[in-house]
Amino acid sequence: MAAAAASPRDPHGRKRKCRPGACSGWVSPRRFPAAVCTSMDCYTANWNPLGDSAFYRKYELYSMDWDLKEELRDCLVAAAPYGGPIALLRNPWRKEKAASVRPVLDIYSASGMPLASLLWKSGPVVSLGWSAEEELLCVQEDGAVLVYGLHGDFRRHFSMGNEVLQNRVLDARIFHTEFGSGVAILTGAHRFTLSANVGDLKLRRMPEVPGLQSVPSCWTVLCQDRVAHILLAVGPDLYLLDHAACSAVTPPGLAPGVSSFLQMAVSFTYRHLALFTDTGYIWMGTASLKEKLCEFNCNIRAAPKQMVWCSRPRSKERAVVVAWERRLMVVGDAPESIQFVLDEDSYLVPELDGVRIFSRSTHEFLHEVPAASEEIFKIASMAPGALLLEAQKEYEAASFGKCFLDRFPPDSFVRMCQDLRVLNAIRDYHIGIPLTYSQYKQLTIQVLLDRLVLRRLYPLAIQICEYLRLPEVQGVSRILAHWACYKVQQKDVSDEDVARAINQKLGDTPGVSYSDIAARAYGCGRTELAIKLLEYEPRSGEQVPLLLKMKRSKLALSKAIESGDTDLVFTVLLHLKNELNRGDFFMTLRNQPMALSLYRQFCKHQELETLKDLYNQDDNHQELGSFHIRASYAAEERIEGRVAALQTAADAFYKAKNEFAAKATEDQMRLLRLQRRLEDELGGQFLDLSLHDTVTTLILGGHNKRAEQLARDFRIPDKRLWWLKLTALADLEDWEELEKFSKSKKSPIGYLPFVEICIKQHNKYEAKKYASRVSPEQKVKALLLVGDVAQAADVAIEHRNEAELSLVLSHCTGATDGATADKIQRARAQAQKK
Amino acid sequence: RPGFTMLARLLPGKKDLFIEADLMSPLDRIASVSILKQHEVDKLYKVENKPALSSNEQLCFLVRPRIKNMRYIASLVNADKVAGRTRKYKVIFSPQKFYACEMVLEEEGIYGDVSCDEWAFSLLPLDVDLLSMELPEFFRDYFLEGDQRWINTVAQALHLLSALYGPFPNCYGIGRCAKMAYELWRKLEEEEDGETKGRRPEIGHIFLLDRDVDFVTALCSQVVYEGLVDDTFRIKCGSVDFGPEVTSSDKSLKVLLNAEDKVFHEIRNEHFSNVFGFLSQKARNLQAQYDRRRGMDIKQMKNFVSQELKGLKQEHRLLSLHIGACESIMKKKTKQDFQELIKTEHALLEGFNIRESTSYIEEHIDRQVSPIESLRLMCLLSITENGLIPKDYRSLKTQYLQSYGPEHMLTFSNLRRAGLLTEQGPGDTLTAVESKVSKLVTDKAAGKITDAFSSLAKRSNFRAISKKLNLIPRVDGEYDLKVPRDMAYVFSGAYVPLSCRIIEQVLERRSWQGLDEVVRLLNCGDFAFTDMTKEDKASSESLRLILVVFLGGCTFSEISALRFLGREKGYRFIFLTTAVTNSARLMEAMSEVKA
Repeated sequence: MAAAAASPRDPHGRKRKCRPGACSGWVSPRRFPAAVCTSMDCYTANWNPLGDSAFYRKYELYSMDWDLKEELRDCLVAAAPYGGPIALLRNPWRKEKAASVRPVLDIYSASGMPLASLLWKSGPVVSLGWSAEEELLCVQEDGAVLVYGLHGDFRRHFSMGNEVLQNRVLDARIFHTEFGSGVAILTGAHRFTLSANVGDLKLRRMPEVPGLQSVPSCWTVLCQDRVAHILLAVGPDLYLLDHAACSAVTPPGLAPGVSSFLQMAVSFTYRHLALFTDTGYIWMGTASLKEKLCEFNCNIRAAPKQMVWCSRPRSKERAVVVAWERRLMVVGDAPESIQFVLDEDSYLVPELDGVRIFSRSTHEFLHEVPAASEEIFKIASMAPGALLLEAQKEYEAASFGKCFLDRFPPDSFVRMCQDLRVLNAIRDYHIGIPLTYSQYKQLTIQVLLDRLVLRRLYPLAIQICEYLRLPEVQGVSRILAHWACYKVQQKDVSDEDVARAINQKLGDTPGVSYSDIAARAYGCGRTELAIKLLEYEPRSGEQVPLLLKMKRSKLALSKAIESGDTDLVFTVLLHLKNELNRGDFFMTLRNQPMALSLYRQFCKHQELETLKDLYNQDDNHQELGSFHIRASYAAEERIEGRVAALQTAADAFYKAKNEFAAKATEDQMRLLRLQRRLEDELGGQFLDLSLHDTVTTLILGGHNKRAEQLARDFRIPDKRLWWLKLTALADLEDWEELEKFSKSKKSPIGYLPFVEICIKQHNKYEAKKYASRVSPEQKVKALLLVGDVAQAADVAIEHRNEAELSLVLSHCTGATDGATADKIQRARAQAQKK
Repeated sequence: RPGFTMLARLLPGKKDLFIEADLMSPLDRIASVSILKQHEVDKLYKVENKPALSSNEQLCFLVRPRIKNMRYIASLVNADKVAGRTRKYKVIFSPQKFYACEMVLEEEGIYGDVSCDEWAFSLLPLDVDLLSMELPEFFRDYFLEGDQRWINTVAQALHLLSALYGPFPNCYGIGRCAKMAYELWRKLEEEEDGETKGRRPEIGHIFLLDRDVDFVTALCSQVVYEGLVDDTFRIKCGSVDFGPEVTSSDKSLKVLLNAEDKVFHEIRNEHFSNVFGFLSQKARNLQAQYDRRRGMDIKQMKNFVSQELKGLKQEHRLLSLHIGACESIMKKKTKQDFQELIKTEHALLEGFNIRESTSYIEEHIDRQVSPIESLRLMCLLSITENGLIPKDYRSLKTQYLQSYGPEHMLTFSNLRRAGLLTEQGPGDTLTAVESKVSKLVTDKAAGKITDAFSSLAKRSNFRAISKKLNLIPRVDGEYDLKVPRDMAYVFSGAYVPLSCRIIEQVLERRSWQGLDEVVRLLNCGDFAFTDMTKEDKASSESLRLILVVFLGGCTFSEISALRFLGREKGYRFIFLTTAVTNSARLMEAMSEVKA
């Protein structure tokens, strides 16, 4: 049931290496409070036996010099567990409005050092209590709960509901569970309302106790199976309230003759319950009321002021401490009890492993003497912080004894020494956190550090981190960040000074997030300071969310761009888009090309109209033209729409002074219209064919006239037309037409292509017709294509062209071309002779 | 196991899986269909513009974070809604989710109906020295659209590599994107230091290079075997589908091409002219090994069968596949007058007979040989000549539009914007806005601002760069392609790949010193950087290891050239690329298609 302290979110979250260097001299080796004697006799003199096996001891933690004017009984008192702070509300019951007698709320450390003092100006308070995060909860009569920080700073308030408001609060308890801290209320209607976690307020109204007419004589909150219940006593009866029902319960083995329960106590861990009856009889058993552990008759019938459990974890001993006005009694499973006389009005604070008792003049700790004292090497099971003297002796003994043990691992010894030193330091009067070793281990070092931070004891916290060599992220950095967050709240210091001070102290300590600190500054309404702090943030990506929150979107945009994270840029863009009017938004984009292209990409797929507007506003006619070109085939379906889109595109291209594109677009408009007409007149598919394919399709369909007309209209170059016709006619295998075509005029592409295409269509006969017309330079190639190796050789020899000769030679295969090959070789030889 | 992380993201129970076409090969590589079936994937669908007829109650979508995909999913979900059908939908984004996508889902009213997840798969090892991010769209997104969405992804990949291999002591880079990716990566490292600090570096050098620093190399026809296989059959994610014409059966065969294929490993970097000879030699050796069986006694035969036969059979199978591939390549390449094409390319690279080359290209277009090839040649002409002269620019474009349709006006606009196909002359063709923007970009005060139009103001200066870096080897006698003497062998000895030459030069100098003029000519004045860590803990072993990062893709020819350089100089190169690319892929990325 660790009290988890609420710390601001760990401002980093990434691994860091530990900064080397231990600390030294940060705690003066402080001697014990003067009241405790130092001789060995004295040391066991305050051991009081209870039964055969256990000793209880009470010793002084501090002598309190808090100068209380009132008696404790005149105040509402709340002391936080784990050596936490003490709150006192003086004059709580005064109703007068006069300032002099108004209630005063004082907060002290466990050593009595004042932490805060404020005049209570709100309504009457019924109960006080500390949350696990060391926040003070003040339950008012009207059911409002006011939450204050350790330093008396108002945090927030919440209400326990209408029912409570109407019936007023009779009594209230603050309790701690593994989920956090809860509040239970007993209303004037004798009904209970509770919330198991004030951090996540869910009110639960408990069921009614049938026939309950008067205030219960005592009640408490039990926690079983992670659910909070209420146990209350009415006359001789006990009732257990859970969320659904009210059931009567009977403790097993309860002595007869009880007509009323005067006090009840639940142990720190909710495991045990003690009941004090009007017969002076104490029943001790499990909180489940299933088992009795022991009982005791103290023969005092007066109701005790307080009754609390006093046991230590893992110990078999069970005992409760009962306090009356002037008497303190420790009772357990033994025929005798231990009795102390109380000189003063005292207050008990249950702890994990004992009870703290404070009065106007002293603060003491009462606990079972640990078994460790009997066995010197079990250091780990003792409570050194509470037993400094003992610890010191053990330390000496241990370090002495260690010499005789070869294989004693030094780690645990060193760790223990470190822990002792930490405990000693925080127990110092000025700090005032008297933790025992068990409490410290239960609380964890992290929570302890949080508590130091909460007390603004930054230097000590840092020293501890360094001394324990905690990783920076968990340790020093975190504390510095907390310090900085505190610093930004100092409103009397100028933005410049705060920012500089923070930067000087933090520098670029790894793990410190300037953006978190800036967020805190912004939370305190210091936007300018926040922006200054953000400047120190090395990761520009981290600056962005806060800048957006602060409505500095343009700055956020440039930071996002700097971060190189396009996703972040896009996030900012959408922010900007909603924040600015369209014109301003576009203007902002215009100066940020990276963002602009990102946004364009988005628009291209998701907001085409916006894309158009973007180009328009930039007078980017070229892109506008392209935009409409795309629209002409991607968006529009009707031919009129397509032509219109193309017209718009052409206009844009003219504006962009891109005449080429404009003309090409106009050609396309003409082509589209024509293709449409062709489809109407000839049938078949023409739309969306390229010009080349349109003409080809016409030829393949036998519409040669049309094809030629089209070629003229669109000024298809001769060469292309020849290639096109050649290919189409060969595809048709219209050899007659091909021959006619070849003779229509001199071919601009020569006649080799004719040979090639015929061969491709496996028509050697036709190919040969054209081979003769091939120009001399290409003749050899043509002859080889038609397979006339011998003639090719002749031509090559005639040309005296070495390259051609080798080409022919490479085509000479087997015996058939043997003669030709020889011929070439001879010609080569001759050529060489010359 | 990247496959596992993806499978873990699927909905539990029976479901259908919709995969974006781009992600099919990577997924196939890490999780085969049978594994998917084991994970209760019932049917696989491709994400495309068609309604899907899935009857499953659960649908998973594995997609890139693109708006187009969101709309597809939305149409499916909304159709279900209209039909009153409720199913479970899950969208898995790879490599990450983008805010814009969620927004579209919201705008389409289905944000509440689908659950989203990410599959942050970023590096796929294709081979012992090749890592691919499998982001082919990087090229278009960045170099055309100016969209920087993937730069962060690259930085993350570098971050991952440095987490695995320690810090990189020597870093070099060239290109705007290279610089941005590098800076982002550095930031990541700084934010998360402690991890790599103090570790001994395993990779001595890292070199980042933008694709637009060297378009020329990527535009050339590839003639080393692996490149040629890629150009001919398309290698996808390290494997290739050999059709019936290669397998000489009626079935296609999917073949993994990497160092584990012993036959392929020996020929992948060879000039194609050597490959056939090599393979036939290999076949003869194999036969000889088989022949040893004759005259064996029983014991020897037993040994042979149990130890050697399996290996021989395997080799035999591979050998016949590669021989089939070679035959198929030869058939295709002679048909298209491949020699002619190569000759024109070489002429363009060397800068002679420009008129002749221009007419060749024109004829290529007129004859509708291949739209992509024609574009490629036009781009090659443009870059090597610092843009086309206005007359050619207009006439080639006109011819192209006549051959392939008017939508290619947009293709040309894309190519111009990317700097691949431009018109000669000063920046007078820029529209007012564009020139203003490019001014903004070159304005140093604007710092990191970047945009898509930067390339508009650039001249390619290829000729001058070529002279400076001696990219065209002097020809004295025949270039023996069997015994390459420099990296030019990957282009038949005609041209040393510019990208590889830059890397070679910088590694030699360990800086950009003395290359100022080249850097200026490359228009990378502000984007060439060197970064060396002072304390040199790198062992000499690690200094031999070089990671080359190609932003926008690299070709197999470049990989082969650098492997050659590595052998010559005692380096070992590792390649990290956004995707393996080639000329056709680049052109397709720029092409506007009617969809």
